[in-house]
Amino acid sequence: MTEPRTVELDLATSGVDAAGHPTRIPLGVTDPSGSREPDLDAEHMLLNVGPQHPATHGVLRLVVELDGEVVKRVVPHIGYLHSGFEKLGEYRHYNQIIPLTDRTDYLAPMANNVGLAMAAEQLMGIEITERCKVLRVIACELSRIISHLVWFGTTAIDIGAFTPFLWTFQEREKVYNLQEAWTGARLTTSLTRVGGMMADIPEGFEGELRAFCAFFPSVLDEVDRLLMRNAIWIGRTQGIGPMTAEEAINYGLSGPMLRASGVAYDVRKDRPYLDYETYDFDVPIGEHGDVYDRYLVRMEEMRQSVRILEQAVARLPDGPLNVDDPRVILPPKTAAMSDMEAMIFHFKQVMEGVPAPVGEVYFSIENGKGELGYYFVSDGTAKPVRWRIRPPSLLNVAALPKMAEGHLFADMIAINASIDIVMGEIDR
Amino acid sequence: MNPSIEPLRREFGDSVGRASVSCGQTIVYVHRDRVRDILRWLKETPGEDYDFLVDLTAVEYRDAERPLEVVYQLRSLTRNAELRVKVELGKAEPLTVDSVMPLWQAANWLEREVYDMFGIRFQDHPDLRRLLMWETYAEGYPLRKDFPLRGRFSRSEQVRQALAANPEAHYSMEELSIAETQYSLPAEMRERLERGQRGQIPEPVESSDD
Repeated sequence: MTEPRTVELDLATSGVDAAGHPTRIPLGVTDPSGSREPDLDAEHMLLNVGPQHPATHGVLRLVVELDGEVVKRVVPHIGYLHSGFEKLGEYRHYNQIIPLTDRTDYLAPMANNVGLAMAAEQLMGIEITERCKVLRVIACELSRIISHLVWFGTTAIDIGAFTPFLWTFQEREKVYNLQEAWTGARLTTSLTRVGGMMADIPEGFEGELRAFCAFFPSVLDEVDRLLMRNAIWIGRTQGIGPMTAEEAINYGLSGPMLRASGVAYDVRKDRPYLDYETYDFDVPIGEHGDVYDRYLVRMEEMRQSVRILEQAVARLPDGPLNVDDPRVILPPKTAAMSDMEAMIFHFKQVMEGVPAPVGEVYFSIENGKGELGYYFVSDGTAKPVRWRIRPPSLLNVAALPKMAEGHLFADMIAINASIDIVMGEIDR
Repeated sequence: MNPSIEPLRREFGDSVGRASVSCGQTIVYVHRDRVRDILRWLKETPGEDYDFLVDLTAVEYRDAERPLEVVYQLRSLTRNAELRVKVELGKAEPLTVDSVMPLWQAANWLEREVYDMFGIRFQDHPDLRRLLMWETYAEGYPLRKDFPLRGRFSRSEQVRQALAANPEAHYSMEELSIAETQYSLPAEMRERLERGQRGQIPEPVESSDD
């Protein structure tokens, strides 16, 4: 019996033999001293997963040390989608940063837009209008639903259930149609502006949204019935990748990951923004912090989002959408073309931007993945000195080694799926 | 002003510097040598309970004279209070500060990112590697103000370097050590590692196609 050691398997084929068959490569790198087959019982295997791998949900790369099928160590590598958004933000006006946020968490772009605009508004001391607040709540909750639907479908596929994916993506399509009608885009929404919105909701939007809210819970019940008491699903998810409440706090987890571990922290409840304290909704929490509890928490969150949406549509007030401040909000195009003063404001805003006072702000919202924070430092100019995104997925996926080590390799895939990562946000 | 500032000053005296409020959020500057003690005190003292490290990042100002700042965004989940603690690192001194990983595992990747982007070293961090950029990245620290927006090297030079990189450049030393345990690294690669050649970037060449 030799000492435990690690070999790297070369799974590529180096060519074909004379008969045209792929050359057989011996399992494990051969011993330089002779032709002995390696003793696989005593060996650990180094396996590279990703960055191009369907179960890593983007360009996450995991280097895994395996003892048989058991994960001994996971070393995640990120950065394959790094675009330097934070650096780019330092060279842009606050409104020009909004398109960058579309591309961070690209599964829920509208919520990112809202978070960024609100951080800038807090920095500049701008109070937005009532109608704008309610519309932003609608944008945030629709984003949460589509984000969770993607998570739900892809997680089910990772664990081996294909049908829920089709059902949830059909519903997701309806939200995307709403989003497209509102913003003109399915992905790069750029919905908000500092002090208001890019556009008001189009005609018929409220009716469509009401119809969605009426129908969507029945679909949720259907997919839930497929999985909630499904023996295979339970066997694959219960007790997998558990995090205690203490660990979850120590690792800085947020959102459904934190709440599944039993910590009832929701930014909407505990540090309310957009008048969330006036909406009636519940914050679901889990008990065991495993993959199954995360599933339950996210399912319930979608139902609660529907409740919030119904209340928001019911209370949607008339009135102005944007703040009445020509230094912040662009004048209407017709005014800019015909009115001297409006043209000056238009020119100054486009050329010089909106200066923020000296100071700094950390503002966070609860988006689908967790607590999305924006940290601005301003030196009094129209461009931030520092723009920092606090990406929830980054901190959540940093706990993957802690959760996955000791589990089977296939369970690591389930755990990774349950984190609900989006690489655009992790790598920024 | 956050009520935690008063007892913090009583406990740590001169190590706690100026405190201010911006947008209703309290910022307190502390001395670099005591940062871990101060954060431990804030985390573990009953009545303070700042148990959640929300974010850890750094700021460099456009004013080149101004020191860099490491920013700790703390939150007490039980008391629902927030506090921002900052450490100033003068540019003339070495950019080092104690790691807070003994207090929060969350600091692991956040400190790696600050190291990656600003070049600030966190003492006692067990695995201080670049996080977003690859380990052999040789252009410096992207979020520093003296780093040009489009990078130091041209796109063609970046491609050339990427293609010229050795296979081991894509693995961390930790992973290589797993494979190295016996004999599974090719002899030629092991020799390169022993010569300390991992991470060496060939000299940039002048290119005409940029």
